[in-house]
Amino acid sequence: MALIKNGKPAYLVLADGQVFRGKCFGAEGTVIGEVVFTTGMTGYQETLTDPSYYGQIVTQTFPLIGNYGVNAEDYESAQSYVSGYIVREWCNTPSNFRCEGTIDGFLKSHNIIGLYDIDTRRLTRTLREAGVMNGAITTEEPNEKMAELLAQIRSYTITDAVKHVTETEQRVYAPEKPKYRVVLFDFGYKRYIRQSLVNRGCEVIVVPADTKAENVRTLQPDGIMLSNGPGDPSENVEIIANLKDIAALGIPMFGICLGHQLMALSQGARTEKLKYGHRGANQPVIDLASGTTYVTSQNHGYAVVGESLPPEIAEVSHINANDRTCEGVRYKAVDAFTVQFHPEAHGGPLDTAYLFDEFTSRMDAYKKEAE
Amino acid sequence: MGLRSDIKKVLVIGSGPIIIGQAAEFDYAGAQACRALKQEGLEVVLINSNPATIMTDKAMADKIYIEPLTLDVVKRVIEIEQPDSVLSTLGGQTGLTLSMQLAEEGFLDSHNVRLLGANPETIHKAEDRQAFKDTMEKIGEPCIPSKVVETVEDAVAFAKEIGYPVIVRPAFTLGGTGGGIADNEEQLRDISTNGLRLSPITQVLIEKCISGWKEIEFEVIRDRKGNVITVCSMENFDPVGVHTGDSIVIAPAVTLSDREYQMLRTASLNIISELKVEGGCNCQFALHPESMEYAVIEVNPRVSRSSALASKATGYPIAKVATRIAIGYTLDEIINQVTGKTYACFEPALDYVVIKFPKWAFDKFVYAKRTLGTQMKATGEVMAIGTSFEQAMMKAVRSTELGVDSMNMKKYEKMSVDELLMLLKNGVEDERSFQVFAALKKGVSVAQIHEITLIDEWFLEKLMNLVELESWLAEGTLTEEKYLTAKKYGYLDKTIERMSGQKCPLHRNAVYKMVDTCAGEFKAETPYFYSTYDEENEAKQFIDRTDSGKKKVIVFGSGPIRIGQGIEFDYCSVHCVWTLKELGYEAVICNNNPETVSTDFDTGDRLYFDPLTPEDVDNIIATEQPYGVVVQFGGQTAIKLTRHLADSGVNILGTSADNIDAAEDRERFDELLEQCGIPRPEGFTVMTTKEAVKVADKLGYPVLLRPSYVLGGQNMIIAHSEQDVVEYMGIITSHMIENPVLIDKYMMGTEVEVDAICDGKDFLIPGIMEHIERAGVHSGDSISIYPAQNLSKKVRETIIEYTRRLSLALNVVGLVNIQYVVYRGEVYVIEVNPRSSRTVPYISKVTGIPMVDIATKIMFGTTLKELGYESGLYPEGDYVAVKVPVFSFEKLQDVDTMLGPEMKSTGECLGIGRSFEDALLKGLVAAGYDLKKEGGVLISVRDSEKREMVRIADKFSRMGFELYATSGTASYLNKNMIATNTVRKISEGSPNTLDLLDSGKIHYMISTSAKGRMPARDSVRMRRKSVERSICSLTAVDTANALANVLRSGRSMDDVELVDITKI
Repeated sequence: MALIKNGKPAYLVLADGQVFRGKCFGAEGTVIGEVVFTTGMTGYQETLTDPSYYGQIVTQTFPLIGNYGVNAEDYESAQSYVSGYIVREWCNTPSNFRCEGTIDGFLKSHNIIGLYDIDTRRLTRTLREAGVMNGAITTEEPNEKMAELLAQIRSYTITDAVKHVTETEQRVYAPEKPKYRVVLFDFGYKRYIRQSLVNRGCEVIVVPADTKAENVRTLQPDGIMLSNGPGDPSENVEIIANLKDIAALGIPMFGICLGHQLMALSQGARTEKLKYGHRGANQPVIDLASGTTYVTSQNHGYAVVGESLPPEIAEVSHINANDRTCEGVRYKAVDAFTVQFHPEAHGGPLDTAYLFDEFTSRMDAYKKEAE
Repeated sequence: MGLRSDIKKVLVIGSGPIIIGQAAEFDYAGAQACRALKQEGLEVVLINSNPATIMTDKAMADKIYIEPLTLDVVKRVIEIEQPDSVLSTLGGQTGLTLSMQLAEEGFLDSHNVRLLGANPETIHKAEDRQAFKDTMEKIGEPCIPSKVVETVEDAVAFAKEIGYPVIVRPAFTLGGTGGGIADNEEQLRDISTNGLRLSPITQVLIEKCISGWKEIEFEVIRDRKGNVITVCSMENFDPVGVHTGDSIVIAPAVTLSDREYQMLRTASLNIISELKVEGGCNCQFALHPESMEYAVIEVNPRVSRSSALASKATGYPIAKVATRIAIGYTLDEIINQVTGKTYACFEPALDYVVIKFPKWAFDKFVYAKRTLGTQMKATGEVMAIGTSFEQAMMKAVRSTELGVDSMNMKKYEKMSVDELLMLLKNGVEDERSFQVFAALKKGVSVAQIHEITLIDEWFLEKLMNLVELESWLAEGTLTEEKYLTAKKYGYLDKTIERMSGQKCPLHRNAVYKMVDTCAGEFKAETPYFYSTYDEENEAKQFIDRTDSGKKKVIVFGSGPIRIGQGIEFDYCSVHCVWTLKELGYEAVICNNNPETVSTDFDTGDRLYFDPLTPEDVDNIIATEQPYGVVVQFGGQTAIKLTRHLADSGVNILGTSADNIDAAEDRERFDELLEQCGIPRPEGFTVMTTKEAVKVADKLGYPVLLRPSYVLGGQNMIIAHSEQDVVEYMGIITSHMIENPVLIDKYMMGTEVEVDAICDGKDFLIPGIMEHIERAGVHSGDSISIYPAQNLSKKVRETIIEYTRRLSLALNVVGLVNIQYVVYRGEVYVIEVNPRSSRTVPYISKVTGIPMVDIATKIMFGTTLKELGYESGLYPEGDYVAVKVPVFSFEKLQDVDTMLGPEMKSTGECLGIGRSFEDALLKGLVAAGYDLKKEGGVLISVRDSEKREMVRIADKFSRMGFELYATSGTASYLNKNMIATNTVRKISEGSPNTLDLLDSGKIHYMISTSAKGRMPARDSVRMRRKSVERSICSLTAVDTANALANVLRSGRSMDDVELVDITKI
């Protein structure tokens, strides 16, 4: 009860001039970002710490957020990269044996402005109809400075997203008896990608996003993992060029999300911006080879244009069952496969974790050949 | 993959009569299945003994058999119809068990019939205790560790292995006598020693105690290609220990982090994949609240109550999809009807929360044990959708029609903290959430309540929010902010005013949000709405956008299934909607029962899933702006709204509010009868016990007592003596003092019931029904025969004439139900209900007169003449139909099974035959009577019935039954030359009647007593014993006589013709 009674007013101003009046939690102030929504009903912690949300104001469509509090174990990165956070209601009395604090405390400690008690469904429908839109959350009465604020909102773009989230140093994470060595390109990776590899006996060397082919070669990996990450994939011109060389090394490659998009771009395909993206834990993806549909976790605003893949180089392996967009690519010319969705889950379904096994099988084959 | 080409004709097996644990959800599932099959162009053959269902409607299947659901009957139907397939998973446990028997016996193979939906191996793995354990072990899914032991040492050894606490469950002791929970070895030695001693086979089950673990359910679907998805997760408010059907359930699960959620989700998918279910499946888990440890409790490889709830909670039609899968489709081929764009192979995302609240019958069964445990006791349930837990909870509570509009219950408000804590410690009762709320309100901490109840703190904190809101309302000025906050938390204006003691500073109407399976991600096509307090009104937008120029009509449904208001009203509501659509209106449904066909999102043009209180309904009307509303098909729930709606100027279609009142108000009704020159049993209104005794004396015993505010026999008794009157008045006045009590002369005659349709000028009686049990047994509990068998021409004509007079005098436009008693050749009116009734579905089906359709058309000005019907009684058909009530006594401890004026049955079956005997035979078999032709009959009847008993006992005796009776009855029968063994009464020491019932010698018991109800009475104990021992117990001499006649006829089910009612 303390919640609704005592919250300070806060506002969401959208680029189209709509204003949502709600209340403030987390930090105070004003922040501008690209407003997106995610439909996952659990996994808000994973969302908040997923670097792919860099520059975005994230709206949760599920109305009750923070029910199980927060705990360090479930962070997907050490930081929270969201610009702002919007929920209908947050829970100040969370209940879970792993709970270490409230979501309000989390936002405050990461200096993220939160907005609650707005009609999140109206916002979601607005974004669905108009497409993702820039907006600002502000704890100040926006009317007085509306024109100025709107101008700022409208001119906002997410730039150099990957640069902002990538590690600048190489780091190694290894299980006790490593079977494989994997270079993990950090475009803003989620921790559970690393963990999924470590769990399968991989020594994981996390490298900065701009690492070049020769550096990769000297590390002598058995496989290369291209991580997820934020922003418009096509702005990463240098990385895309590097990837072309890296692919030529002949080392097995596996890409997820942004890694999937960058790989496709490096092989001559195009990407496009989706109207409002796929964000949630219920996205159906069809594996075209088996005809099986998998429920996947997704978080992306851009997609690879399947038809733009040169047929001699690659083919679409997975499509989204709803809008038929490209969800996975298998390469013919190089030893690589990539998916748009998140087989590492966290949050979301674990159903496609087998793709990591496919990656290790490819590494097995690669190692055998090398012998 | 698409439809299998080898399927052309499918037999669908229904679930039979409504009993506790198997209710309307299977009509919803079955109706969806039939429609899905018909849409595929398949021929559908249906068998179900329950006539009150939509699925047994002519629109649903090509061939319909309302026949007993026994193995032999199903076999005969297969032989007659020669279907190529049987759908096994849509008819509850009844349908599944029958299908398995057919398969296991090889009958299906030898008749070239394919089993759809589940194969015997799947069912075996899910239902056989050991096979289930082995299967779970194979795929690494943990079960609750347990072991059968025969010595204390083995018990101790096993407990060491699995860790304390453990539950001790002695084998074959009734109600778990001798069991308990042991926290350490010392306790275990004590309890198991005792348990082994009490168990007749010296066996106890030692099981790991998981009380306090969270109970989580997942609804899962799999297709033959191996695609698997989860539709919905659900979390029980009560931790493990209370049957999920008796628990408040919230969807989706709310206290699980993504890790825990995905862990259980993955487990569900592993299970359904291993079981190779093709269709829907329910997986129940126990999750340790302090670790990631979990155990699989149960798996149901079929659609269930939970899947109906999940369907309504998410908008994902599980039964329809499961049916399509059964006939060959895969999930990626089935379009999601809600969005029209996406496919069924996805998982719904919710942007609201759903609460299911059970509805129990303890208001009727005042002496029943209210403790909840592993045996389900609820008869029905409501569902509420809200944008917060608090809002959904408030809606759920008022949908349940408990007479409260918040979590505050008078009786708990009055208790001290100690009393409340004592109650909470004593075990879980139906009203636990109210007890918890009262304790919180009195200042008991969340921590303390959690410690006692083990209810997750999350739920308790949410209730605490309501407590805080209420105290905020009670202090200071009722500001706009307070008002709006209270509205968001789900409070009605009148509740806010009562709690604050102030007028609301403004009034805000609710807005409506859509249930769209995808949390707004895609544009939805299907109009399914719930109310909330927010900015945007999607229903309004939807109405404006899709405006067809048609007039809008709202049909109010009947809320939760309860004794006295069951599935039949849903049948009527749905038919009304269908007719409205046919007539070119936009039909809008408001209801809150997730089990029903009416709340299927494509039954009406729009569905509002909300409580049916005046303010909730006003909100819907404000958004819809309907041309008119229909109240006469939604039972008492809808009828109760009439006065309010009329006062608000809403156009009530059909019989007017004033005329409904004239039938319900005692004085006005008496006046009306006088005008019409129709007699009724003499009666008076009293307020006090003293007055009651005086009036009863004047009328002469027996008398009928009931509170004035209810219909349908709630809290009604027949008093045979002053003592009865005093006891009754004591109970009533302790409950609700202000309401007067009605006392009528009780006439022990033949009860006759008529459903009629009237257009204001002409009237049509589709059929006259006669009850086997004489007046005094509630009409819902009586065996009812159509057409009436024993009425003289004069009586019949009088009934037709009285029906005419009453229909016209009340200016009935639509349906009316009238109950008569024929006493010494004279006809008296007992009750007139200007609305649809329990018998409408069955009479519609056996006479072929679509009563609801006609009634609906008449509301819009069509006349009976225009529809081609003559005024008066419709000619009788060639068949006799007998409706037999079905009870759920084995589920309810301490309830007296003796039939009386208060209704006790939960459902009904129909028997249709060429003769009365055949029809009754079928009805009894369908209702589960095991018509044994030899054995023992135990008789113990009240003095007034001993004389009549002679004739009946004689019939049993002549058929070769061995008769037993208590001393009074025995000496009376022996004096009348009927050889009867005398048995001691319970008070006379062993061996007595209870021992005789335990001995296995008795197959029928005829037990009537002047008094009942109190569980400690001998007669009640005997009747309870017969329930426990599954002995056929007859508590009215008329039923006993009818049964004797059926036995005497020598006919068996093999001799009777099976009837396809579409051919009647």
